[in-house]
Amino acid sequence: MLPAPDGSPGHLAWSMNLTAPFLAAIAKLLSGATVRWHECQPDTCQRVYFANHTSHLDALVLWASLPGEIRNLTRPVAAKDYWSKTRLRRYMAQCFHAILIDREEIKVHQSPVDVMIREIGKTYSLIVFPEGRRNPGEEMEEFKSGLYYLSKKRPDLELVPVYIDNLNRVLPRGEFLPVPLLSCITIGPPIWLEPNESKAEFLKRAREAVRRLKDV
Amino acid sequence: MPSVWIACLTLAQLPSTSTRLDARTNILLGSVLVLLGVAYFVGRALRRQPESTANPAVVRTFNLRVRAWWMMFAILIAGLLMGYVATVVLFGLISFWALREFITMTPTRRGDHRTLFWTFVVFTPLQYVLVGLREYGLYTVMIPVYASLFIPARIAIAGDPKRFLERVAKIQAGLLICVYCLSHAPAILSLELTTGSPEARWIIGQDAQRQPIYGSNASVLFFFVLIVQLNDVFQYLWSQLLGKRIIAPQINASRTWEGLIGGTLSTMLLGMLLSWATPFGMFWAGLISGAVALAGFAGSMTMSGIKRDRGVKDYGTLVSGHAGVLDRIDSLCFAAPVFFHLTRFFFSKL
Repeated sequence: MLPAPDGSPGHLAWSMNLTAPFLAAIAKLLSGATVRWHECQPDTCQRVYFANHTSHLDALVLWASLPGEIRNLTRPVAAKDYWSKTRLRRYMAQCFHAILIDREEIKVHQSPVDVMIREIGKTYSLIVFPEGRRNPGEEMEEFKSGLYYLSKKRPDLELVPVYIDNLNRVLPRGEFLPVPLLSCITIGPPIWLEPNESKAEFLKRAREAVRRLKDV
Repeated sequence: MPSVWIACLTLAQLPSTSTRLDARTNILLGSVLVLLGVAYFVGRALRRQPESTANPAVVRTFNLRVRAWWMMFAILIAGLLMGYVATVVLFGLISFWALREFITMTPTRRGDHRTLFWTFVVFTPLQYVLVGLREYGLYTVMIPVYASLFIPARIAIAGDPKRFLERVAKIQAGLLICVYCLSHAPAILSLELTTGSPEARWIIGQDAQRQPIYGSNASVLFFFVLIVQLNDVFQYLWSQLLGKRIIAPQINASRTWEGLIGGTLSTMLLGMLLSWATPFGMFWAGLISGAVALAGFAGSMTMSGIKRDRGVKDYGTLVSGHAGVLDRIDSLCFAAPVFFHLTRFFFSKL
C-alpha cells in the first residue's frame, strides 16, 4: 500500500490502489502498446524516464506499460492546469501518483525541478516530457532545460530515454475519443550528465537518445 | 500412440444430442488434434537439429505457424462448444484485431480520426451483431453499401482534401477485408444445410427413436478453416518442390505457378477425401475446395501487395517483431465469402 500523494484523505487511498491497475489495463488495451526494452532492463532503482510527447495518453500509457512493481514507484509529471480542472481528472492524477506542476506560477524556491526532487525523495522514479508541450508535427521539438537541472541536482538518477510511437494517432491533439490502434513504446539505455558537459550539449544528446530509438 | 487413438475414439463417441458437435465433427477435430500434436513435436525436434540439416529461419516460421494453428483450433473449439453467438463474438474479436493491424500500418491523416472511430466502434461491432441476428439481407449490404458511402462523406466533412480518394480507399479496404469478409466464416453456422435440393435437409443418420439426426454446421465450418490452412501449406510445399516460375517477384517472391496449380489440386483432393464432413458429396466438395484454394491464394497475394507497398514484411513487425494476426488470416478472409455463398446457394434452404 502506498500513501496517497499530495496529502489527500486516506480513505481514498484504498480505492486508488484498486483503480490504478484497472486504469493501467484499460490504457494498455486501448493503445495496444507493445513495450520493447532495448539495451535496458526493468529496475526499481530511481530513474527519470524522458519521452517524446504527442498525445494526452502518453503519460498514462507509458506509466501503464511499466511492470507493476516499478509502476507503483514511478510518478509522471503533469500540468496542474489540465489535471486539476475537473474532479475526474484530479482523481485520475492521484491514481497514478502524478506530480502536478504549476506552469503559470513558478516561484524561486518552488521551481518545478525542486518540487520533483522533493516529491520523489529516495524511492520514486519520474516520467517527464522535456518537450514541454504536445508536439503536433513529425519532428521532435527542442528539449526544455528541466532535465538538465534535475540531473545536475541529483546526478545519481538514471536518465532513461523512451520513444513513444503511433500514440498520436490513437488520440490526436484536440480529440477526446480514442481510436484503438496499435502503438509501440521503446525504452532505451540510460544516459547520465557528463562532467563539464554544457546545458545545450546535454539537451541535444538527450534528444538524440530518444530520437535514435525510433529506428531500433 | 494407442492412447491418442483411444482419445480420438472417445471424442468420436461423445453423445451428439447434448452438444452440437456430432460424431463426424468429433472425428474431424480428433484427426486435426493428432496432426497438430505431430506438428508440434516435429517442430520441437527440428529446433534441436544442427543448422546444417534444418534452416533455422524455416524452422522458426514453421513453429510460429503451428502455434497460430493451435490458437485457431482453441478458438474454434471454444466457440463451437459455447454456441453460435460465442463463435460470432470470437470471430468479431479477431476481425477487430486484424483491422487494428491494417489501419496501424496504413498511414492516415488527422482528418480521418473521427471516421476511424466510426469504423472501429460502430461498423465493426454492427456487422457482427447483424451476423449474430442472422440478418442476411442486412449484413451483406451494410459495409459494402452504407459504410462505404459513410466513410468518404465523413472524411469530406472533416475538411481535409489532401489525397482524399486514397485515404477513403484505405479505410474501405481495411473494413471490407478484415471485417466484412471474415464475418462470413461464423455465418456458415447460421445456414440450414441441405444435400443439394431445397427440400432435402442434410441427414446423417437416425437416433433410437427413429428421428433424423441432422448434420452439424460446425463440421462444415471446421472443414472450411482446415481446407484454407492446408491450402497454404500445400502451395508452399509445391513451390519448394517444383517452383520455378514466380508469379510476381516484386509482390511475393515465394509464390510460383507450380505452387498454385499443385496446391489447388492437392486441396481439391483433400476436400474430396474429407467430403464426409460436409453435405456436398465428393464431386462438389472437390469443386468448392478448388474455389476456396484460389480465393485463399488471391488473399495472400493481395495482402502481400499491400505489405510491399508499405515496405513491411509482416503486419506484426510494426508491433512485436513476429507475424501478426492479419498474416495468419489473409487467405481465410478472402475465402470466407466464396465458401459461404457457394454453400448458401447450392446447399442450404434459402
